Amino acid sequence: MNPRLVVLWTVGLLVALALPHAVASNAWLNFWINTLMFAALGIAWNVLGGYGGQSSFGHAVFFGTGAYGTAVLQIKLGVPALLAAPAAIGLGALVGLFIGGVSFRYGLRGSYFALVTLAFAEVFRILVSSFAFTGAGFGMLIPLDQRPINLQFPSRFAFYYAALALVGIGLAASAMIERSRFGAYLVAIRENEEAAKALGIDVFRIKLGAIVLSAALAAAVGVFYAQYLLFVDAGSAFGPAISVEALLGPIVGGAGTMLGPLLGAIALHGLGEAAKAAMGPQPGLNLILQGLLLILMLRFLPEGLIGAIRRWRGHA
Amino acid sequence: MGELGIVVPAVLAGLTTGAIYALVALGLTLIYGVLHIINFAHGSLLMLALYAAFFLKTLWGIDPYAAVFVLGPAFFALGYVLQRGVIWPASHGQDSMILMVTLGLSIVIDNLALALWTSSTRTVDLPYAFAVIDLKLALIPLPRAVAFVAALAAAGLLWLFLARTDLGRAIRAVAKERLGAQLVGIDVRHVYAMCFGLGTACVAVAACLLLPTFYVTPQVGHAFVLVAFTTVVLGGMGSMEGALIGGLVLGVVETLCGLFLGESLGQIGIFAIFILILLFRPTGLFGGKSA
Amino acid sequence: MLEVRGLTHRFGGLVAVSEVDLDLPQGRIAALIGPNGAGKTTLFAAIAGFLRPERGQIRFEGRDIAGLPPHEICRLGMTRTFQIVQPFAGLSVRENIAVGAHLHHRDRGAALDRAAAIAERVGMAALLDRPAATLPVAGRKRLELARALATEPRLLLLDEVMAGLNPTEINDIVATIRAIREGGVTVLMIEHVMQAVMSLAEDVYVLNQGRIIAHGAPSAIAADAKVIEAYLGHGAAARLAGAAA
Repeated sequence: MNPRLVVLWTVGLLVALALPHAVASNAWLNFWINTLMFAALGIAWNVLGGYGGQSSFGHAVFFGTGAYGTAVLQIKLGVPALLAAPAAIGLGALVGLFIGGVSFRYGLRGSYFALVTLAFAEVFRILVSSFAFTGAGFGMLIPLDQRPINLQFPSRFAFYYAALALVGIGLAASAMIERSRFGAYLVAIRENEEAAKALGIDVFRIKLGAIVLSAALAAAVGVFYAQYLLFVDAGSAFGPAISVEALLGPIVGGAGTMLGPLLGAIALHGLGEAAKAAMGPQPGLNLILQGLLLILMLRFLPEGLIGAIRRWRGHA
Repeated sequence: MGELGIVVPAVLAGLTTGAIYALVALGLTLIYGVLHIINFAHGSLLMLALYAAFFLKTLWGIDPYAAVFVLGPAFFALGYVLQRGVIWPASHGQDSMILMVTLGLSIVIDNLALALWTSSTRTVDLPYAFAVIDLKLALIPLPRAVAFVAALAAAGLLWLFLARTDLGRAIRAVAKERLGAQLVGIDVRHVYAMCFGLGTACVAVAACLLLPTFYVTPQVGHAFVLVAFTTVVLGGMGSMEGALIGGLVLGVVETLCGLFLGESLGQIGIFAIFILILLFRPTGLFGGKSA
Repeated sequence: MLEVRGLTHRFGGLVAVSEVDLDLPQGRIAALIGPNGAGKTTLFAAIAGFLRPERGQIRFEGRDIAGLPPHEICRLGMTRTFQIVQPFAGLSVRENIAVGAHLHHRDRGAALDRAAAIAERVGMAALLDRPAATLPVAGRKRLELARALATEPRLLLLDEVMAGLNPTEINDIVATIRAIREGGVTVLMIEHVMQAVMSLAEDVYVLNQGRIIAHGAPSAIAADAKVIEAYLGHGAAARLAGAAA
């Protein structure tokens, strides 16, 4: 690594670690927790959609599995969160294995894959809101019991650092992808599947690996969400808003890049927050701006913010 | 007889729901089935048309059925402009980016509606809203019957349009072979925009026929998006008669699932069909040719 | 090294390849020629696993590979290129070649080093950091070759690597292919550029309407009346003979 990058990373890490002590209000802390949480979700999406080029429109299915997994295991089966969390992440990975298994086995790509993931998320949403075991239409409340074994903490700082750790894990996974054979194969498949096959790449297995990793990361974010809010309901855990949130950051920030999803999430949530500050809490306003930003980025900077920065540095 | 006494009315109710699905899906058949544009904004445009019909009625007293003749052309123009001015340039003509652009559009439209008209549910009062037709075995609400007949007529007209008019032929040519069509001098961008405009006009017509028995909120489109995609895929991409039959089948499937599995699980049947069709027969049940 | 027996494949009702027999001993360069639509690319696709042949045997180093998926065939030591080049457009030349090199080098650094060495061999050393999308036709053809070479195949299937190149570029790539063979790689090539076939191949198979109509040394094939007719139409051989007399 060149020394300038080392300095940049060190400064970035220090700022991130010091941030909660520097921000004055709870609202700001919440903002950063939210932003980091969705950045981690975007990073998860990016593994499959960015590096692998398989755009999922249903990542809520993995997020929701994580959130509901930890909630159901704690509430219905009395498993402590410390054990329920990894189990829920494993469950998310299994759901990824299943959805990837059927979709990629039957050669679904592009828009077909997007639609099938969307449909799976809807199926899960309907199933979860139909059975009493999963709280039916009311959602589930995780009882308040602030002990580390329950992954509940009295201080919001703990959640901030947990969200930061999620982002860190996601970035580490991305770095691994950029430096490994698995990642090179994944990118090759995105660029040209036929050529990838001719060079000895088992396309099905690589895609499956990507969706399982992506699903596990997304489920981990879902677990965090459930532990943070201590409440899950079908509409917000499995709903299309989460699926959209998962892909918006990477697209705006730069799909298939390591820092793109993080940058995108900060830009999108920062924009929403700025709009709120400027015009008051008008419902829908932040989403209007985010939608417009998406369209404008696609029109003028289709490679995302990272692409724009690279181009600018190339010119400079 | 007891079973039949429940099932027959359910099937009839399903057919009328299915007619609405078919109407919404006809527009998408043009856009998704023919041009392969994944239009996530389809439901949002439906919602917008429902609001338009609602305000035409409440502000100027224009009956929803009469509004067809206002909103049809207006939404045609809207669709044309959206495709030519936003979707095409922002997606750089690439299929993979189109779905992102239409997703952005739907986010903007949905939340604009939320900001302008709040999230409250609105309905219109119409003298004929509760009129029924007695079919002996079941009572069919009059507006539902109208929608059913209109769905048949719309499917027929669109079929004729695609088969018999120059523009229809141009659309099919572009769908099959974009580059080839360009080479023989077809203005591809214009054809795309016309097709998108027509699809959007269909949505407006569907909205006018839907409003008398339905409600409108900023989120109302979501319920229709996946159902419409399912209808198109089930019916075979780009087939008008397929979309009609597909819509009717889905309406019946939904009501029967609701009847036997309980209300909240009704739509499970639809999504299960959708996933199975995409996996095993992406050319649709009624679309014989491979894509 | 490669043995094909009775290979037959139809698309719909149309026979693309019919009862094809082919023998390729190790260390040779063989060419597959024939007019457009003769079934050459179909034959290639079947050998490389891109389509499952309807009937027939394909043996590679004694092992039946008919119906194996392409990536497994590649791992056994046979790699194909595509007539219509299929670069990983968003990646650099080095990254493109490294994808091939990863087959035998798990480590990223090792694969990238290997890619540089391969680029040197095919004369692309100066282009390593160019995005593949910006290469001219000749560059893309070379990249296609380099990527296949990076998988370290014992048998290389080349599908028209010279189409669209100018005479100088053809001379360069002929030399490259010869060097590849010197390195111990057996080559089967589909080629339309006759000058290259004549100077490179030791064995020529002529495919017409899905059937092998002639097989032999290049000089013998060039004089074969059936071959001339396949290319130039019925009666052409007689007319040529008349004109020569």
